[in-house]
Amino acid sequence: MKHLLSLFSIVILTYSSCAQPHSTKVLAESTASVNYTTEVVVSGLNTPWGMVFLPDGSMLITEKTGEFYRVVNGEKTVIEGMPEIYVRGQGGLMDLELHPKYNENGWIYISFASPEGEGEGGNTAIMRAKLEGNTLVEQQLLYKASPNSTKGVHFGSRIEFDNDGYLFFSIGERGNRDVNPQDITRDCGKIYRLYDDGRIPEDNPFVNEPNAKKAIYSYGHRNPQGLVIHPETGKLWNNEHGPQGGDEINIIQKGKNYGWPVISYGINYDGTSFTELTEREGMEQPIFFWVPSIAPCGMTFVTSDLYPELKGNLLVSSLKFKYLERLIIEDNKVVKREKLLDDIGRVRNVRQGLDGYIYVGVEGKGIIKIIPQQ
Amino acid sequence: MKLLIIGFLICISIIFTITYTSTFQSDPLKESIVRGKEIYTDFCVTCHLPSGLGTENIYPPLANSDYLKNNREGSIKGIKFGQQGELVVNGKTYNNVMAPLGLSNAEIADVMNYITNSWGNKNDEMITVEEVSKLKK
Repeated sequence: MKHLLSLFSIVILTYSSCAQPHSTKVLAESTASVNYTTEVVVSGLNTPWGMVFLPDGSMLITEKTGEFYRVVNGEKTVIEGMPEIYVRGQGGLMDLELHPKYNENGWIYISFASPEGEGEGGNTAIMRAKLEGNTLVEQQLLYKASPNSTKGVHFGSRIEFDNDGYLFFSIGERGNRDVNPQDITRDCGKIYRLYDDGRIPEDNPFVNEPNAKKAIYSYGHRNPQGLVIHPETGKLWNNEHGPQGGDEINIIQKGKNYGWPVISYGINYDGTSFTELTEREGMEQPIFFWVPSIAPCGMTFVTSDLYPELKGNLLVSSLKFKYLERLIIEDNKVVKREKLLDDIGRVRNVRQGLDGYIYVGVEGKGIIKIIPQQ
Repeated sequence: MKLLIIGFLICISIIFTITYTSTFQSDPLKESIVRGKEIYTDFCVTCHLPSGLGTENIYPPLANSDYLKNNREGSIKGIKFGQQGELVVNGKTYNNVMAPLGLSNAEIADVMNYITNSWGNKNDEMITVEEVSKLKK
């Protein structure tokens, strides 16, 4: 399926500007139209959660329902030997990431909801493994959040490496809002940092705190499902789902508290309020928040020369409004928002391939490649 | 002696009350709806909202939904196996994806009993675990 798109046809967002400098209420403006085509390069996927590109030109894709595929020229092959996966609500088989030195060591990192450990239900786990043919071998469980829970929400589970080779991943608060995120002795509602082999870095922020989960890097998060290293600054950026309103973009700093649920720009789904506070000393402000929520998941900075107009921009998937959001950022402030691929479907993930093209994971459709038109 | 009689009467009345409550007031449908509301709040509310109204053009409403009323089996299957593609609800066409939720058959029955008896919806014919478990893809 190919269809002509006008990526820069803008839907003006219907709210006005706000006084706060980090406000998300940026009014989108129209720009000159530039045409792109899209091509479905992998079809027949329900919830393509994770996606990585191997040096041999093939692609690895996870489906939330538990299938793990290697894709060569659009042909899917199932990878065997998966661990037991707890498929429930928002949880299942989730993200994929390659070791920065994948070419040398072959390590693939996988996040998934796991029933391992005590208690009914499941919680987010991070493992690494290698591919031998189409079988997953040398599986090593690097982290498993506890306790298990039968709740269906907020597994987080995005994986990212920074430029120094540290492994970062997110785990959402698992529907235990008032207990997990502000307590560093508990898992969930956190972003974690490990060495690539699962050891805890000696200079992690809470290694000397009694009873703290030593892998925690930052806390006070709700459900972060986007994690990406800024291509120029090397800093870790996240996005996270807010409740009704209040989805956020944050720059993640070591040991910092991002405030959930003490401060928030969102409200409960029933319209009631759970906090009057949007800021408090000792809690970080987002650089941007969305009202209404777009339900952000995967995100990526564009570095490819194939898209001169998009270069340096941040692309964020929107599950709710079924488009890819382009954010133009200057001095860590969002100055412009645009809708790309409008009405394409629930956008789960977006990544730039090794070939410089942007690939978008769309629920019920598959993987879509954005092809610039000269 | 008087105290003994009073004590006896109190015991009898307590036993009677407990027996009466469990025999005559236990209502499987009501209990299922209560459990179903919890499931709804965890799994469904982010899209379909506490009001059951959904979001216009994105997530179809459950409140006063003709689809839910007229497609009991299809609705159960949607929750059990996931839902994808075009769906006409109250005259409007929705085209979206709902992933399978990983709920047990009992949980699916509970949440169906909740949504078919909320926001103006009414369903006297209780959805049972057996009914859910019989449905195949």
